[in-house]
Amino acid sequence: MEILVCVRRVPDTSENEIQLNSAGNEIERDDLVYSINEPDNYAVEEALQIAAKAGGSVTVVTVGGDDDEEVLRREMAMGANHGVLISDEAFNGSDGKGIATILKAFVQKGHYDLILTGIQAEDGGAQVGGMLAALLDYPFASLVNSIAVLDGGKLKVSREIEGGNREMNEIDLPCVLSIQTGINEPRYVGMRGIRQVASVEIPTFGASDLGVDAGAVGEAGAKVKRVDYFVPALGKGAEILQGSREEIIDKLIELMKAKGGLN
Amino acid sequence: MARIFAYIVHKSGVSDDSAAELAAAARKIDGNASPVAVVTGWGTDLDAVCESLRTSYGEVWKVANQALAYPNAELVRKALVNILPHGCVVLVPHAHFGIDLSPGLSIKMNAAFVSDVLGIEGVDGAYLKLVRQEFGGQISAHVRCDTSSGAVLNVRPGAFKPNEGAPLNGVVVDKSADVGALTAGRCYLETVVAEAGDVDITKHAVLVSVGRGIQEKDNIAIAQELADTLGAAVSCSRPVVDAKWLPKSRQVGSSGQTVKPKVYMACGISGSFQHLAGIKGNPFIVAINKNPKAPFFQVADVGIVADILEFLPELTNKIRETKGVSV
Repeated sequence: MEILVCVRRVPDTSENEIQLNSAGNEIERDDLVYSINEPDNYAVEEALQIAAKAGGSVTVVTVGGDDDEEVLRREMAMGANHGVLISDEAFNGSDGKGIATILKAFVQKGHYDLILTGIQAEDGGAQVGGMLAALLDYPFASLVNSIAVLDGGKLKVSREIEGGNREMNEIDLPCVLSIQTGINEPRYVGMRGIRQVASVEIPTFGASDLGVDAGAVGEAGAKVKRVDYFVPALGKGAEILQGSREEIIDKLIELMKAKGGLN
Repeated sequence: MARIFAYIVHKSGVSDDSAAELAAAARKIDGNASPVAVVTGWGTDLDAVCESLRTSYGEVWKVANQALAYPNAELVRKALVNILPHGCVVLVPHAHFGIDLSPGLSIKMNAAFVSDVLGIEGVDGAYLKLVRQEFGGQISAHVRCDTSSGAVLNVRPGAFKPNEGAPLNGVVVDKSADVGALTAGRCYLETVVAEAGDVDITKHAVLVSVGRGIQEKDNIAIAQELADTLGAAVSCSRPVVDAKWLPKSRQVGSSGQTVKPKVYMACGISGSFQHLAGIKGNPFIVAINKNPKAPFFQVADVGIVADILEFLPELTNKIRETKGVSV
């Protein structure tokens, strides 16, 4: 089974406080810690586990710039066989459809049985996988939290639906699946593993290599554009308890007693 | 503005709460809009849903097809592409079905797509100014969406208050004949219901709920000690389940349990909307987080900026002392 996993390097929200810049329209990006988008990492682990059982290889691809190579190398250190960077100035400012259009062109240059994405990235878009599937006319399932390979070019996949229930589906290959976190336990990547792939050459493809019409992607092709970031005027919000630790605890205990949380 | 359609999610003959919310969102886009409800399904359940929507929608499009008895997004997409007019705006609730349906629908309609919309701030010709959140709700963004060839908008559940007004007397229009042949590369098999866990968090009046801030599995004990002292149960947010530190049955949220405690202590939980969707009954919420920007502080009653690994043991000790004295 030839598997392609689409990944992205994103600011790590568990490590960062996101702040507005002084102009108030962008976030402060200078000190952000970046990492692999967490659901994408689960997708790569799942691909590795499927390839280990069913044979084949795993390719990780990202649309971005030179800085994004580090996440490709990280996933290669996990065990992905190939990393591919898709990069072109013409791709800057692409919306979800633009990214999906670029990925479609890449997919059509190869032969992939299964394409995985993470369910969503830091912008909560949850869109590229479903768009890519529609552009390719492949079947699609989102929020996938288990995959089993069946005979006859099919998979059995479960989707996470409400209340912890799981929706079981059979899906034809080739297909696109967007992977939910928790589907597996991604393996640990040590420094040694990263060093081993540090000098592997990562091929880069641009718009002309892929035959992508630059006018259909990037800023020019985007129907959806982020105008600015802002911090909304909040409602009442929480009363933040102030004072020494002891004062805070005493105050909290009083409040919990009053609200029925402590008898 | 283009015609606006609302895709109605329903189950067992009852429409989802989002049905009325989408009507409200449509009127935010266009105050004069008469949005059309689109309902796909089969049998008496479908008829019951269509009938119930006549009070909130002036027009209800009914799409009856046995293949749509269970909402398979690929089949629903094909049906919608065949019946919706070019250039229209389609509203869909941003939940597991909308995530499955809408990105692909937007491609097949050649329309713009915006996910998880929680505000509509204005219309400028064919452009909509929308509000979204990024970085797990830590910051908001304005998004401009060109609707000149239509748009599919996934609308966050609970973000739009249903309109209060006189009930409508809508008509049901049967569009079943227009959907064409429906086949898909994905086939629904069954729904596997979640297993009951060791502790039923839905029955507890006090929950000590932990998130990513608990940092490792061994630290769950810190929360359990506080819970034991309070006679409470330990619940959690999704990252704790993903890491296999607690079973799925302890997860609060739209993909986990819906809880109605009197007091909810959110410890090291950022407060994503999926998590908040699982907290009902207006409990007293205490949020403890070392990140002062954690979205939970916006919805909590009381906030404490602290590292839970230090704070929770101190709180436990103090409560034990207090109890010791009062006995």
